[in-house]
Amino acid sequence: MSHPQRKAVALVSGGLDSMLAAKVIQEQGVHVEGINFYTGFCVEGHTHAIRRKDQGKEKRNNALWVAEQLGMKLHIVDIVEEYKDVLLNPKHGYGANMNPCLDCKIFMVHKALEWADSHGFDFIITGEVVGQRPMSQRKDTMPVVARESGAMDRLLRPLCAKNLPATLPEREGWVKRDELFDFSGRSRKPQMALAAQFGFTDYATPAGGCCFLTDEAYSRKLVDLWQVRGKRAYELDDIMLLKVGRHLRPRPHFKLIVGREEGENNFLEGYRKQFLHLRPISHPGPLVLIDGAANEDDIRLAARITARYSKGNSAPLVTVQVTDLQGDNRMLEVPPLPPGEIPEAWYL
Amino acid sequence: MSRHQLDARRLLCPLPVIRTQDKVAQLRPGDVLEVVCTDPGALNDIPAWCRINGHQVLETRREEGEVIVEIEVGDEP
Repeated sequence: MSHPQRKAVALVSGGLDSMLAAKVIQEQGVHVEGINFYTGFCVEGHTHAIRRKDQGKEKRNNALWVAEQLGMKLHIVDIVEEYKDVLLNPKHGYGANMNPCLDCKIFMVHKALEWADSHGFDFIITGEVVGQRPMSQRKDTMPVVARESGAMDRLLRPLCAKNLPATLPEREGWVKRDELFDFSGRSRKPQMALAAQFGFTDYATPAGGCCFLTDEAYSRKLVDLWQVRGKRAYELDDIMLLKVGRHLRPRPHFKLIVGREEGENNFLEGYRKQFLHLRPISHPGPLVLIDGAANEDDIRLAARITARYSKGNSAPLVTVQVTDLQGDNRMLEVPPLPPGEIPEAWYL
Repeated sequence: MSRHQLDARRLLCPLPVIRTQDKVAQLRPGDVLEVVCTDPGALNDIPAWCRINGHQVLETRREEGEVIVEIEVGDEP
């Protein structure tokens, strides 16, 4: 009697581990499709897209690239809105920065489970490896992910399955347990050896993870945003702007976002109607957004900082155009603020 | 066959791909969708998404800082 081909949905980040996990299960004759979640905090693509200096680099979305290498479909799911609750109220807390890794993994596996159930898929695959990550990939937290996501024994981690109790796909014979792996720890050597075995020579090796929330400087800017607003909340535009420019808070009630180069200035242009903004006229220089309620003294200070980051930073006076929220322009002639008068504490 | 347009300007990847994916899901096989983006990454990502999901890229071009990708929706759901 022939059995229907079993179907698995693989969480695909674009990195090597999830690529290998999907490949291992494909090799066992299972139909695999990928799923990739967009939280708004994904490093993938954004900074390269914005910064001019990166625009010569090849731009590829690694999750799409992995799917193409493996000959499988990829479904990219926008979870920006739902993800807010994960970040703002993580049941299991944060990692070293604002990264709620364990809650994030539980949430993503749960969303993959929902997708699997609504598309007639049998089980879920991740590239997790026991002991690889300090928060979400530990021997004691892996059962938590399976349990709290609701996936239970339909969650298979092919790269470390032999270190864990047999899951449904293994017990039912949909996959052969002895053809799965027992990787553990932070060493990447077993993964690299398996990649070589499959003939994968080109794969993403993201330094510092694929999420801005693991980044200390980004987390600091996010916390600052919440403190100043008096509430822990954000919109997509907020978290995009935290990725761009120099952020300075000269006074508690306003901050400046200073474009660092042409690509960032172009990106900030898209937000100019939402913010009072400044740009030097007499010299080339950055577009600067003011986030907050700035009074006349504040605007003058912002103009001096704008002048400081312009090509006229050693000129006695720089003309800075100030544009208000109605789009009305006026000019200020200001001396650039000397670097020594910009305290380190202003930089976020 | 009908023609459709999607404005994905000022969105950074993968959002143009996600918007394309969601729009294509509402279209019928043979329909043509023109996606207009400002993120140059879309020039690689939307065709890659089309290749793995069975849709045909009819044309990609750059026009005045914009990237335009024209897609014919494939037969697969």
